[in-house]
Amino acid sequence: MRALHLHENWTALRTIVTKEVLRFARIWVQTVLPPMITMALYFIIFGGLIGSRIGEMDGIRYMDFIVPGLIMLAVITNSYSNVVSSFFSSKFQRHIEELLVSPVPNSLIILGFVGGGIARGLAVGVGVTLVSLFFSPFSLHSLTVTVSVVVMTSVVFALAGLINGVFARNFDDISIVPTFVLTPLTYLGGVFYSVSLLPDFWQAVSQLNPILYMVDAFRYGLLGTSDLSLTVSYAIIIGFILGLYLFALTLLNRGVGVRN
Amino acid sequence: MSNAALEIRALRKSYRNGFEALKGIDLTVAEGSFFALLGPNGAGKSTTIGIVTSLISKTSGKVKVFGHDLDREVQEVKRNIGLVPQEFNFNNFEPVAEVVVNQAGYYGIPRREAWKRARHYLGDLGLWDKRKDMARTLSGGMKRRLMIARALVHEPRLLILDEPTAGVDIELRRSMWEFLQDINCDGRSIILTTHYLEEAERLCRNIAIIDHGHIVENTTMRRLLAKLDTETVVLELRTAAQQLPAHDSIRLRRIDELTLEADINRGEDLNALFQLLDGAGIHVQSMRNKTNRLEELFIRMTQAGQSADRGIRSAS
Repeated sequence: MRALHLHENWTALRTIVTKEVLRFARIWVQTVLPPMITMALYFIIFGGLIGSRIGEMDGIRYMDFIVPGLIMLAVITNSYSNVVSSFFSSKFQRHIEELLVSPVPNSLIILGFVGGGIARGLAVGVGVTLVSLFFSPFSLHSLTVTVSVVVMTSVVFALAGLINGVFARNFDDISIVPTFVLTPLTYLGGVFYSVSLLPDFWQAVSQLNPILYMVDAFRYGLLGTSDLSLTVSYAIIIGFILGLYLFALTLLNRGVGVRN
Repeated sequence: MSNAALEIRALRKSYRNGFEALKGIDLTVAEGSFFALLGPNGAGKSTTIGIVTSLISKTSGKVKVFGHDLDREVQEVKRNIGLVPQEFNFNNFEPVAEVVVNQAGYYGIPRREAWKRARHYLGDLGLWDKRKDMARTLSGGMKRRLMIARALVHEPRLLILDEPTAGVDIELRRSMWEFLQDINCDGRSIILTTHYLEEAERLCRNIAIIDHGHIVENTTMRRLLAKLDTETVVLELRTAAQQLPAHDSIRLRRIDELTLEADINRGEDLNALFQLLDGAGIHVQSMRNKTNRLEELFIRMTQAGQSADRGIRSAS
């Protein structure tokens, strides 16, 4: 058996990622700009107008406190929605068959789509960060933690978006999870408040929410303040990456949602 | 290494609802051949192609492409096949050239080489001028040609075309025939499914007919056509015939006042027909074949299990 050689694999992966990046870049007004405008409104309303009455959160000015969470919110939703919509669209238009008839291994198909999700997540994340500079001074406690957490979180949600895309049979199916699962979990994941404010019971419940760990670790990377253990947060993120990747690979190997 | 482009043995496909699309078919396509796979709608043509191209999982059986086993060497199998599917399946929102260049990338072909090949195949198929246009803006015929260029860009040894000329006007269809004949002459094996039986008769040297999941015929086109024992011609008359003459091997029927049909037994030549008509004082203005010869055979072979939704049409 002569599998694609390493350089051929690299060419194939680069082709998929480039195609995915061009896909959202061509329609940047629909993909990159709206989250920046939405986040600007969050900064103005929650940070500026309401935040000035709240005062400090965990010893940090409220506006500064919500910046990491809002950047993470944008990264999570965009990484997810890029992959779910692109993968479902490729099924809907049937051009996923271009990949399925080619010798590209399923692992590379996953990496390619995830690469596109990371690219959009980070592009929007950088955009929202730039918008945040109008409201809050830039702060960076640990470059390594910040970059690793944002990239790995993007991978988690790009993989989740891919799995959603595999199972989706119609356009409703690709909006159900973001609307009814992702957004509530993100809003309850400590974007706007510190979990230490919650009663003990709800603190315990919140700790079942994986997004809480991602937002908290990212906030630590930027501001140096954290409610949770960084090690636990990394372990959870890496665990999700491995679990979701293996699940996605199993689905594609079995042809679920893509092969008859 | 086998010299067969495609070998299928005991191939079965059953769906969860119990429908058995393929009931253990055997099929061999020789390397370099131009092979027609014909059958009524739902006979199993597209299922067979789907399994060979890894788009459909088989239930059981063996598939080999140039000796590479689909179960053990799927990537080699894929590398050797180019597929032109029945339905448009490219990204409508991509420029034409990118559809082809990206496909080359999936096969590990570097971008510079991919552009060179895209220029070559899009040029040959008359689409290079459209390379910057979005794929969705192309006409139906252009979209079909785009899919052929895309299927050829990794230069596969076996090209599979699933109804490539459906909805294409006759002029374009003929130019596509020439193109396909040229690439077959260059040594590429071609498998064609089509509803235009004239197309199969004109292009293909070998043929298999599939019906209800069984291969009912697998032979050369010449041998198949030799099975026809009669041929029917339609005669337009100059003046109305009063009485139709009788003949042992030629049967005449009146269609209307100025039109006759003649069934001529195999082995009888047209001179006998004209002598018969001349002797009866019947003057023929023009003559044409009633149907495509292959169509007659096709209908005969698939008649046993005919279903209401068979939509075979002839281009003749």
